[in-house]
Parts: sequence; C-alpha cells; structure tokens
Amino acid sequence: MAETTQHMRIQHTLQQVEAENQSAPPAATPQAEAQRIMQICNACRYCEGFCSVFPAMTQYRHFNADTLDYLANLCHNCRGCYYACQYAEPHEFKVNVPQTFNELRAQSWQDYAWPGFMARAFAGNGVLLSLVCALAMAIVFIGSALLNDLPGFFSAYPDGNFHAIIPHGVMVAVAGPVFLFALFAMGMGGWAFWARGAAVSQPATLRPGGKNSGLPALLNALKDTLTLKNLSGAGHGCNDHSERFSMQRRYLHHATFYGFMLCFAATSTGTLYHYAFGWEAPHAYLSLPVIFGTVGGVLLCIGTAGLYRLKLKTETSLRSPALWGMETGFIALLFLTSLTGLLLLFLRESAAMGTLLAVHLGFVLTLFLVLPYSKMVHGVYRFLALLRFHRNTPR
Amino acid sequence: MLDAADVVVIGGGNAALCAALTARAAGASVLLLEHAPRNVRGGNSRHTRNLRLAHDAPTSVLTDSYSVDEYYDDLLKVTAGHTCPALARQVLAASRTLQPWMEAHGVRFQPSLSGTLNLERTNAFFLGGGKALINAYYATAEDRGVHIEYECEALTLKLDGRHCTQVTVRQHEQTFDIACRAVVAASGGFQGNATWMREAWGERVDNFLIRGTPFNKGRILRDLRTQGCAMLGDDTQGHMVAIDGRAPKYDGGIATRLDCVPFSVVLNQQGQRFYDEGEDFWPKRYAIWGRLVAQQPQQVGYAIIDARSLALFMPSVFPPYKADTLADLAQQMGLDPIAMQHSIRSFNAACQPGAFDPDRLDGRATQGLSPNKTNWARPISEPPFYGYILRPGVTFTYLSLKVNERAQVMWPDDHPSDNIYAAGEIMAGNIMGQGYLAGLGMTIGTVFGRIAGQEAAQHG
Ligand SMILES: Cc1cc2nc3c(=O)[nH]c(=O)nc-3n(C[C@H](O)[C@H](O)[C@H](O)COP(=O)(O)OP(=O)(O)OC[C@H]3O[C@@H](n4cnc5c(N)ncnc54)[C@H](O)[C@@H]3O)c2cc1C
Ligand code: SF4
Ligand code: SF4
Repeated sequence: MAETTQHMRIQHTLQQVEAENQSAPPAATPQAEAQRIMQICNACRYCEGFCSVFPAMTQYRHFNADTLDYLANLCHNCRGCYYACQYAEPHEFKVNVPQTFNELRAQSWQDYAWPGFMARAFAGNGVLLSLVCALAMAIVFIGSALLNDLPGFFSAYPDGNFHAIIPHGVMVAVAGPVFLFALFAMGMGGWAFWARGAAVSQPATLRPGGKNSGLPALLNALKDTLTLKNLSGAGHGCNDHSERFSMQRRYLHHATFYGFMLCFAATSTGTLYHYAFGWEAPHAYLSLPVIFGTVGGVLLCIGTAGLYRLKLKTETSLRSPALWGMETGFIALLFLTSLTGLLLLFLRESAAMGTLLAVHLGFVLTLFLVLPYSKMVHGVYRFLALLRFHRNTPR
Repeated sequence: MLDAADVVVIGGGNAALCAALTARAAGASVLLLEHAPRNVRGGNSRHTRNLRLAHDAPTSVLTDSYSVDEYYDDLLKVTAGHTCPALARQVLAASRTLQPWMEAHGVRFQPSLSGTLNLERTNAFFLGGGKALINAYYATAEDRGVHIEYECEALTLKLDGRHCTQVTVRQHEQTFDIACRAVVAASGGFQGNATWMREAWGERVDNFLIRGTPFNKGRILRDLRTQGCAMLGDDTQGHMVAIDGRAPKYDGGIATRLDCVPFSVVLNQQGQRFYDEGEDFWPKRYAIWGRLVAQQPQQVGYAIIDARSLALFMPSVFPPYKADTLADLAQQMGLDPIAMQHSIRSFNAACQPGAFDPDRLDGRATQGLSPNKTNWARPISEPPFYGYILRPGVTFTYLSLKVNERAQVMWPDDHPSDNIYAAGEIMAGNIMGQGYLAGLGMTIGTVFGRIAGQEAAQHG
C-alpha cells in the first residue's frame, strides 16, 4: 500500500516535471532567445553546411552573452537555416535563427557604440536618420546661401564649377572632421567588440595551440568579406523570400558595397588630384574621379534599390518591425546620396546645379554624421566576427 | 481540386515526390496529395539528414568507395536476413545512380562535417537536411507542372478487381473521387495513428513519443490490407530509440536524441538499474535502448551522470536536470531519492580502478553488480550531478505492402496489381524487414519512388 502511494507520488511529480519542461515559451530578451535556440541548433546541426555560424557554434556547449554577440554578428541573415529548419513555426520549438540574430545583432551595436550615450541613437534609428537629414540639409542650404548671393546660387555655370558655390576648402573643413570622427567612433566600437573576445567562452573543442595564426586568418576573413561567401549558401545563394535559392541578395550587396567603394575611390582620387597635382574640380567626364563616381553611383543605386525591393518581399515571420526604420532608412540614405550625386554630375551645367549641390551635400553630410550609429556598422562587426572565426575555428 | 489525373500520388514525402517528378517527366499528368498543411509538409522525410549510396569511386560528397556487395553485407547484418534479396540488390545497385538525379532535381549535398557519425564514406548529407531536400523537390515539382494539393487526405482506393479506378479523398471536410489511370501509395507507416498503435502495441504506447510526423496514420496501408493486398511483417513491429523524455509527442526529430547513456547510470522508476549501459558505443546501442526503456514500468528511464561526463557526448536539446546532491537531483526528476542514492552508491562501490577512455571500449567494468556495466564504469561522485529522462521514441513501423521489382503492390496469390504501386516507408519492409541501416530509408524511397513513377506513367 505504502509502495503504491509512493509510486503514485513519483508518477505525479514526473508528470509535473515533464509538463513544466515542455514547450518553454520563446524567451523574452534576444539574448535568452538566442541562447535557447543555439542549444537546439547545437543538438541538431543540420544547417552546418550553410555558413560559418554553425561550425563556430559547435565549438561551444554554453553560450554566454559575448559568444552570442559573436555568433549574431557572424550571421549574414541569408535565411538558409530558416527555410530548412524542421523546428521553425508551427513547431513548438519555434526556431528562427535569422530573426533572433538580427535583433540580437542590433542590440549588440548599441552595447558597443562609442561614445556610450550614443547607444540610444540605434533605437528609433529611422526617426533619427530623418531628423539628422533635415538638419544637415538646412545647414548646407543656409551655409551656401550665406556664401553666395541668391542669383549666384540659382544660375548656371557653363563649366559646372560647383566650387564657385561652395569652395573646396569649406567642404573639406566641414566634411573632413565629421568623417574622421565617424571612422574613429566606428573603430572604438569595433575595438570594444574585439576586446570582449577574451570573454567569449572558451570553445570546447579548440585544442591547445589550435588557434590559426594572424595573417592567414586575416586573409581568409578579407576573402569572405569581399566575396560574401556566407551569403552564397555553400554555392547556391540565399533564400531571399522563399524556399528557393537565389544569388540576388549577394549580387545586390556586391553592387552596393563595390559601388560605395568606387565612390570612395572617386573622392580619394579627387583629393589626390587637388592636393598632389593641383588639378581642381570639376573634372572632365572621362577623368578617373568622375568615372569612379559615375560607375560607383550607378552600382550603388541599383544595389540599394534592389535590396530594398527584396526587403519588401521578406516574410512577416522574418521581419523585426523595431529595426525596420534603421534597415530601410540606411538603404534609402545610400540610394539618395548616390542618386543626387549622379544628378548633380549630369546637370552640373544647368541652373539647378546649386540646389542639387546643396541637396547632395546634405545627404553626404547626413551619411557621415550618422555613419557610426547606422546599419553601416554591420560591416565593422561582421568583418571582426569573420576574423575571430578564422582564428578560432580549425578546419 | 482536379477530378482526374493520369497518376495520383498519395503522400508528400521523399518517395511521393520522387514518384511524382518521374511520372511527370514521363509525360503523365500528376496529382500529388499531401495530408499535411504546406508548412509541415514532407512527412518523416523532412527530419532526415542523409542517404546511403553505393559508389565505385569518390564523388563530390562521398569518400573512397562502397560496393553493392559491402552494402548488401551491411544490410544482412542489421536485418538478420529479413529482406527480399532480389529487391534489396535492386535498390542497392540503383543507389549508385541517385546523386546526379537528385542534384538535377534541386537537391544540394554537403560534405559531412561534425557530429558523432562517421558516415562520410557511405552516406551523402543533404545541405540543410531533409526539409531543404523536400523544399527543393516541391519547387521542382511546381515548376514542372505537378499538381499539388495540401491538407488533402486519401481515404480509400476504389478497386475493380486488381485495378484502381478512383481515389477517394477528403479536403477541408469535403469528400471527392478522383479518377486515375494509376496510383502510387507513398504515405509512410502508421506510427502517427494513436488508435492503431494502442490496438497493436497496448496502452504503454501512450508513453512513447513519435519522432516524426503525426500525419502518417497508415490509412492507405490499412485500406489496402482490408481490401486483401499482400502484407509483410505485422503491426507490432516498429523501430524505436531512446530519446529525451521532454521531447514533444510528435515531430521531435533528430535533436531530441540523447547520447549520454554510455557514460551514465540508468535507473528505472523504482530507482533500479536494468541493463549494461556500457555494452558498446552508442550508435550501436540506441535502438536497443528504445526497447529496453519501453519494457520498464511507465516506459521511462533516468540517466544520471556527474560533472566529469557532461562534455563527453553531443549537447542535448533540453538542458539537463542539475543539482549539487544526488538526493536533490532525484527529487527534481521525480525519482525516489532513497532508492536512487542506494543504486548509485552500490554502483560506485562496484567500480574498479583503471583508465577511462571515452573513445574506445575501455574495459573499465564494475564487479559484482547485476547487471554489470562493462565499459566506462567510473563512480558518479563529482557534483554537480546531471540527469536526463529517457523515453522510447518511435521512428517508423515495419508493416509493409508487399511489392515486386516494378513497385506493383502484390496480392496473396502472388499476382501484381494492374496499376497500384507503392514506394517508401509503406513498402520498406520488403528490403529492411527488421533493424535499421542509417540512410537506407531515403534510398529505398528514392529508388522505388522513381520506379513507381516511371511504371505508373507508362503502364497505368
Ligand atoms: C527523426 C528521423 C530521422 C531520420 N533520419 C533518416 C536519415 O537521415 N536517413 C534516412 O534514410 N532515413 C531517415 N529516417 C527514416 C526516413 O524518414 C524514412 O525512411 C523516409 O522519410 C520515408 O519516406 P516516405 O516518403 O516513404 O515517407 P514520409 O516522408 O513519412 O512521407 C509520408 C507522407 O505521406 C503523407 N500521408 C500519409 N497518409 C496520407 C494520406 N492518407 N493521404 C495523403 N497523404 C498522406 C504524410 O503527410 C507524408 O507527407 C528518419 C526518420 C526519423 C523519424
Ligand atoms: S536552424 Fe533548425 S534545422 Fe538548422 S540547425 Fe538549427 S534547429 Fe537544426
Ligand atoms: S548566415 Fe544564413 S544560414 Fe547562417 S545563421 Fe545566418 S541566416 Fe542562418
């Protein structure tokens, strides 16, 4: 009799225990949710062929906050592992790696932001972008109005000489410090991320001396960055908006990235021309700065417009409404900067030049101002995450 | 909903899709019926990871070579002869041609990377696993004009002698008859049918977990048995493994497996050990443990380890129970602390000194226990202590339709049906009548799916 009671009691607790443990609801914070999901992925590992996240993950048994930040920034959001997931909703495990990492990633950028109080800039980023943009426009307009008389501002310059409206020295004096600050702030954020590496929980399978040496790791990280290997889904591409694979996202990002770099090259060669050779803008249509700028601008327009189109097609389950402003705001900013740049180039001999110049420079100034507090920082953290991956993960 | 098609394929997993794609390529109009909704389509196939392929030389994803003879020997070992040699050899030989066909239909492979399996010579791994494979086949099927109906359950085949004239289906509470020239039954086993399972296996199955889809209810299997088709095996046979007791009732899939047993002491609900936990490496023992746990009171087992063993096996999907004392751990897990501590104490006392080596059968055994643990026996003594609850997890049932080499469903007088074909789990018992060879399920489904599709399109 006593035995039966005991037996029943045990059976009862067992059921209680099992009931309590069943279908834990998705956790409240991105960290807790990422931790829950990584534990499931680590027991499953079916997605190990898609990208670097999974081989990195299998080195751990426990995921602390820094490890999760590392993995989240390593994720390129290709969605391969979402559409292939046998535990995605409606399964009660509700595994959704890309969305969870997307949110955790955004949070980590706040944590690493420099100076610290600017972390807030990431929340409501879309609003911030618009405000800064309006402000920058106003500054440039008022500035150029003060430098010119109105008829001058609205008249056509046959040689398209925009420095007649805003002198070169003024442009450099305003944009230079802002840009250097942006680089510095992003560098500080990157440094904070990298410094936490020591705290990233020690990989379980990393053999002593198993770290890969600096240079090859650096080269591999650069290669992955420049080729976007992790958006290639082991050669088949991303799941842009459905189970089907496509290279669209990868190629559009290439267009955006290389377009951006070409624009940067245009500015650099222009600066070189100015200071080293004394050749002053405006440059001829077939000069290096203008060729770089034109090709870069066109690529950037195509890339950003395409990425935005893909973004609109994103399934609801993969969207993070709170981040929508940051993601689309930045794409829009890049698009408008390059579009107005192109317009300025092609209409530089018309009377609209002054207005276009002010609008374009307004966008450029906005870009520089918000750079360290925009989606741009993903490049910094992702590169460092890839570097850490190549240092820590033996092949 | 179409009211007629040349070929009606019943099921929405690997075998069904291979049949549909092949029949379509042969020029037939094809209607594929999947009982599950789109977002959980693909049956047990979406939980798979690889398939076993014979090959004469290394391929892009398989190392070395794996001859049909060696494959056949492996099959004989696991089935203990429960196989039809002609059909088995047919499948194994055909497996050599599968990789290019699968790739041409959108399936992507990857080199096998991590985990506990050493299968890179024999098994080709799907990039992203079985759900990615299923997605690829559905996309190709849509592109090539296969008509797909979800949430559509086939109820019965209308037969005129050995000839199927119509398939009766139900979708959204409505019933339709679909005329067909041929039908392919690729609707899996019946492990998702709780009533049938209880009928065949007794009430204890209420405590079993089903590792795959709840949509494999065996309706067509039963329908054809009732209508007199020839069967292989009986209802009481199923493949089971020991999995985490906290897994969901259905669709727990691969992640719920637990690899801790060889390094544990496993107790039943009375707090008693019942089998040698260290008999062999886990991949060779997990199926036996499914049955062992099923025989215990309440069909439950409790695996206990200490801090030293936690990192010796693949991480598990649920965090283990954890406590600083054994009594506390017992309490948490719903075990009687006194019986549990008593068992662990006697186990610890029976452990012998010696080298512990998780990578080989280290021969470190207990002495004087019944049963002894014959490898990896070291005391459970270093806190914190960890525990896992084990339950039997059913992979599939063995009961099968008997088929011939053309995938035709057979009748007891050894004559084939005119136009009824079967592929996949529903006929796997013809080849794997017992035991399990990793990756053979998908191979059988792919080979017989293609045969069934081809035959149904040509001769239906
Ligand atoms: C967790 C797990 C892991 C596995 N891993 C592997 C592995 O790695 N490699 C391997 O080779 N095998 C593996 N197997 C075995 C493998 O799943 C099966 O051998 C294989 O999937 C069988 O394919 P199938 O198409 O016959 O059945 P399923 O894929 O189960 O498809 C059956 C389909 O029929 C549908 N259906 C059922 N009844 C009806 C009806 N009346 N009307 C309409 N539709 C119906 C179902 O919804 C389902 O879509 C695994 C099994 C499990 C459970
Ligand atoms: S995303 Fe899903 S299928 Fe991929 S490893 Fe994680 S749990 Fe497994
Ligand atoms: S990169 Fe793609 S496959 Fe890898 S974790 Fe991110 S979404 Fe998943």
